[in-house]
Amino acid sequence: MSLELKNVEKKVGLETHIYQTNLKLEKNTINVLLGSTLAGKTTLMQIMAGLDKPTNGEIWFNDKNVTGVKVQKRNVSMVYQQFINYPNFNVYDNIASPLKISGVKSEEIKNRVGKVAELLKLSPMLNKRPNELSGGQQQRTALARALVKDSDLILLDEPLANLDFKLREELREELPKLFEDRDCIVVYATTEPSDALLIGGYTATLLEGKVVQHGKTLDVYNKPNSLHSAQVFSDPPMNIAKIKKSGDTCSLLSDEVKWKINSNLKDGEYKVGIRPHNITTYKEGQNSLEISGKVLISELSGSESLIHFTNGDLSWVSLSNGIHQKNVGEETKLFMNSDEFLYFDENNKLVSNV
Amino acid sequence: MSKITLQNLSHSYLKTQNQKEDWALRNVNIEWQDGGAYALLGPSGCGKTTLLNIISGLLQPTEGQILFNGEDVTNKNPVERNIAQIFQFPVIYDTMSVFDNLAFPLKNRGISQQEIDQKVNEIAEMLELTSTLHNRASGLTADGKQKISLGRGLVRSDVNVIMFDEPLTVIDPHLKWILRSKLKELHQKINRTMIYVTHDQTEALTFADQVVVMHEAEIVQVGTPVELFEKPKHTFVGHFIGSPGMNILPCKIDNGNISINGNKIETKANIKGNSFSKTEVGIRPEFVEFNKEGLPVKILKVSNTGRHKIIDTESESGKIKVIAKPSDEIPSGSAFLNFNKDYTYVYGDNWIIE
Repeated sequence: MSLELKNVEKKVGLETHIYQTNLKLEKNTINVLLGSTLAGKTTLMQIMAGLDKPTNGEIWFNDKNVTGVKVQKRNVSMVYQQFINYPNFNVYDNIASPLKISGVKSEEIKNRVGKVAELLKLSPMLNKRPNELSGGQQQRTALARALVKDSDLILLDEPLANLDFKLREELREELPKLFEDRDCIVVYATTEPSDALLIGGYTATLLEGKVVQHGKTLDVYNKPNSLHSAQVFSDPPMNIAKIKKSGDTCSLLSDEVKWKINSNLKDGEYKVGIRPHNITTYKEGQNSLEISGKVLISELSGSESLIHFTNGDLSWVSLSNGIHQKNVGEETKLFMNSDEFLYFDENNKLVSNV
Repeated sequence: MSKITLQNLSHSYLKTQNQKEDWALRNVNIEWQDGGAYALLGPSGCGKTTLLNIISGLLQPTEGQILFNGEDVTNKNPVERNIAQIFQFPVIYDTMSVFDNLAFPLKNRGISQQEIDQKVNEIAEMLELTSTLHNRASGLTADGKQKISLGRGLVRSDVNVIMFDEPLTVIDPHLKWILRSKLKELHQKINRTMIYVTHDQTEALTFADQVVVMHEAEIVQVGTPVELFEKPKHTFVGHFIGSPGMNILPCKIDNGNISINGNKIETKANIKGNSFSKTEVGIRPEFVEFNKEGLPVKILKVSNTGRHKIIDTESESGKIKVIAKPSDEIPSGSAFLNFNKDYTYVYGDNWIIE
């Protein structure tokens, strides 16, 4: 089983929504489409589902060309950001609805709904209506309906975006387990890098209608092919600074900070990308560099601290474990772990992550 | 400006109350100091909006008093209480200019034009709205409009308290930190009592010096962000603050000794007797590590989030999450866990035993 987009392109009027895209998704994989709002995630999913036709290119499923085949004729399920259920049906009938439509016997329906409800912790609520449920339970019902019919392709469009933080954490943890023993391809669209990392599987980074990189999630994260891919896959945003390399020494153009580099990169100017968690209030790694700055704010998330600061003309953001409060306007020193720097050339291609 | 005291405050939306669940707010006692930055944090349905409406005078409490600077205002209406409130969605006059929007609360109170000019310019400066002062408010972006709402709340110097009800909901995630730092800075500049209501821990912990955590109609802890992270006084605080939250495991207390499934657990608690119906140990994933001996567990799953590894383990008493560095070697199969004694707490019926 595989889903393949071949030279797919989508134009609306004069505007290009999806630039020429080639993407192959293999069976039994979860594939995250990662990108900000308007990057093209939903458009791509609608093309995959058959809800929308590409302007150019073809969609192949299991080595068959399915371009133009309507969604009703494909074995596809979709879950959206908004909780979509039938308001007048109880949870049982909501989950059972796709099976009833395809004429499955009531004995089997009972059996399958029971199993899925158990998996999604909905068994005690089967007789309730959607408006009697919490947001998390409503979205669980929508997920159960998508799972019950054994689709070949399951598309999840930001399914956790409308949930409270703790519910999101809980459901995100369960998601990969739900698909473990299924014969299907799962596509999961999100704006949040942490979703991709916690779900694992494969990730495609999207920027302005282009797939920038597709591969195993951790590979894409650790070895971004370009500055754009790295930026899409970094939240809070990646720090980017211009540097000069001369011999075995690198230096920030905007500051005095210097460090040694053991690499055969040509001398010249580069950009370094530094993920926020590689700038911390404590030393990390073998080659820690000190950087000073003026605090804009320290944001505290409960177990972590994001310190925004300025150094020279640049605005930086750091992420440390634990709670570290700094006052607005305070002069501070932080440490950069130079072992984790990513180096990009003038074309924004990754040249090294020494 | 005022000190706000809530005394034995309880509220129920029902005519008669027979059980705990009939109360929307139970026995709230708290003192908010003049000029303090406070947050009211809890999931939806915990009672925080009820409490907010009681302070502003939209709701009469079933029991208890509200005092402003020692004066009982329980029976005063919202206007007499002189409070500024900022809501989730911008409340502005689209047809007026930014200047007139900001000046509106002052004009209503018959303040001289000279003073209005001075106040409005001062607030506009702080919120970086100076360049748009004479534009129509309707042309602004969502965050621009919300800045006007904030400005209108801040422009009056005679209010007793400024209350914010989830004020950053409509703001783009990437811009939130900028408004958070603005609010923090404004509090430092104008030094007025502010209460910030939210379900988002980052929002609460970033803004407030003191965070009031609510759960099922009760206040479960009042503390600084560091205290909430390092020493949760209630199991709910441990669970709700931090991601992932605290591990909570059933334990035995015998002669002051704590054990989980026969394994002795070291804590700093001094426990005499045991009169609880439920006793538990709480330890955050950040303070658990692998060792050669200790609490035996099975390794279920290792997720690499790029910046750390989250390990799901299972002991005979339940699941335990561990956070480790990305470079740490994680044992496979079975392993032993040690808890950092300084951060291991014992809870009796959900409340900390010290």
